[in-house]
Amino acid sequence: MSATETREVVIKGARGAARRKARAYNPAKRRNWLLTVLLWLCVLYFVLPLWWLLVSSTKDNAALFSTFGLWFGGDLSLWENLQTLFTVRGGIFLRWLLNTVVYAVVSATGATMLAAMAGYAFAKYKFPGDKVLFSVTLGAIMIPLTALALPTYLLFSRMGLTDTPWAIIIPSLVSPFGVYLMRVYAADAIPDGLIEAARVDGAGEFRIFWQVGLRLLGPGLVTVFLFSLVATWNNYFLPLIMLNSSDLYPITVGLAQIQSAATAGGGAQALFSTVITGAFVSILPLIIAFLFLQRYWQSGLATGSVKE
Amino acid sequence: MTHTEAITTAGGTGRSVRHKQRLTPVKKKQYLAAYLFILPFFVVFITMLVIPLVYSGYLSLFQSKLIGGEVFAGFDNYVRALTDSAFLASIGRMALFFVVQVPIMLGLALAFALALDSGRARWSKGARLFIFMPYAVPAVVATLMWGYLYGPDFGPIAQMARAVGFGTPEFLSPENILGSMMNIVTWEFVGYNMIIMYAALRSIPSELYEAAEIDGAGQFRIAWNIKIPAIRPAIMLTVIFSVIGTFQLFNEPSLLNAIAPAAITNSFTPNYYAYNLAFINQELNYAAAIAFILGLVIAIVSYIVQLGSQRRERRERSAA
Repeated sequence: MSATETREVVIKGARGAARRKARAYNPAKRRNWLLTVLLWLCVLYFVLPLWWLLVSSTKDNAALFSTFGLWFGGDLSLWENLQTLFTVRGGIFLRWLLNTVVYAVVSATGATMLAAMAGYAFAKYKFPGDKVLFSVTLGAIMIPLTALALPTYLLFSRMGLTDTPWAIIIPSLVSPFGVYLMRVYAADAIPDGLIEAARVDGAGEFRIFWQVGLRLLGPGLVTVFLFSLVATWNNYFLPLIMLNSSDLYPITVGLAQIQSAATAGGGAQALFSTVITGAFVSILPLIIAFLFLQRYWQSGLATGSVKE
Repeated sequence: MTHTEAITTAGGTGRSVRHKQRLTPVKKKQYLAAYLFILPFFVVFITMLVIPLVYSGYLSLFQSKLIGGEVFAGFDNYVRALTDSAFLASIGRMALFFVVQVPIMLGLALAFALALDSGRARWSKGARLFIFMPYAVPAVVATLMWGYLYGPDFGPIAQMARAVGFGTPEFLSPENILGSMMNIVTWEFVGYNMIIMYAALRSIPSELYEAAEIDGAGQFRIAWNIKIPAIRPAIMLTVIFSVIGTFQLFNEPSLLNAIAPAAITNSFTPNYYAYNLAFINQELNYAAAIAFILGLVIAIVSYIVQLGSQRRERRERSAA
């Protein structure tokens, strides 16, 4: 693998980020109306499908077929759809939602902690082997999941871990890109002088990490956490091969299952409105998380907002 | 600032100064701490990445025969893969996907990032969030949603086309399905790539183009000659992520297969093929070989992409 090449690319990115300066430059910019109109026309392409999803989740099956897709029509059946969604097959949808939350939150928390510790060590310590290990980590960004999923499945089944939550959580703890982001972020956000001062005051290395390092890593932590959260929340391939019991499914596998049931039903007892409402409900939590945390993850991506 | 600069630079250029001085107890303590910090990550890394990879390589060298069970087969599985027209066709399809979809997606992402960074559009914060939003939508949901949007019955596109008298467009026919899939992937990932580029643009020191602006350079010139070269590493990163993403496509074909079984074969993408081989046909060893070749293809394409960009950068630097 061309780990060194990746490293070079990535490090250059890091250096670029380190150069960052707060922007004071804004000399009465003229707003450009043409640009604004063009931009918002493009925004329609991204938003209309989601708008369709929202509108469709308020319709019953008959109205789905008989009314225009991009506007409300028929009776408002959102409440009925939600009731069906949460009671179908003994309320299994709620179970899927909870599974997803548990898998995603546990994996993302774990992945963030591992990445934060490793990234901090790579940024703030020099030790024999640091270059090699960091290159290996970066090279791993390029390893396709496919090459791993199958042997991981076989190894897990030998250990009796398939069809358990561990089969989803453990593989999701590895986030090489998270380590890279944390390293860049830590290099920028934690001044060496602060670490030295803490050492002089007699604090141990771990205490420095917990009490000084982690506090300054805030936006970086949020960024890595959110992106790991999305990765696990949206994962379909891994749970599809690892899990057999529908009680353990995350929402992605569950939705795909009721979708194929709806399509196979030939329309007779089609569950289209249930699938659509389920899809709509399942995207709300992540969108809300991104909205609420946007200040943090965006500055985390831009790296190094802590500057003297 | 200077400290961090020095550290990142040292990380990039490789340590030229090997310190030979004896390890003081303090140094020793710090080494130990550093190793303990990276230990948890590397334990999971080795168990979840290195071991499966080695195991997969091992598996790919065997064949399971009706008589005799597992037999060492050398590179037979690889030879079979390289002469398997279904597999080669799937690689070709993804190469086409890569050549067409990735430039469109990254071009759009770059255009949006530059437009937002220029600060000349109104309500650009909202626009940025809306464009990014599809990234938070699971691929499963995105695919089944677009499946409905494409649908001939209650899909709004078909509804509108019929209303204007264009007949019903066939997005899910065998001829059009690849394009329809490109659209889904574009919709999902433009925002993600845009955010990476946008973050890089914000980190360019603004003096660079303040000067250019005073010299009378227009916005387009500034974008082309200053901004884009400055964020080339970030663009490279998005290209590499796109290589990996494209050749691994699985969710979209496997879900579209349910609504367009005639258009999606079981070897539509290499990843989907490997999955079907392993879990439907039970051909584990062959699937492992396929996955390995796929990994190799991804590594090679990524390598070529980086090499091309580095050469270009060197040329431009020597020209300047």
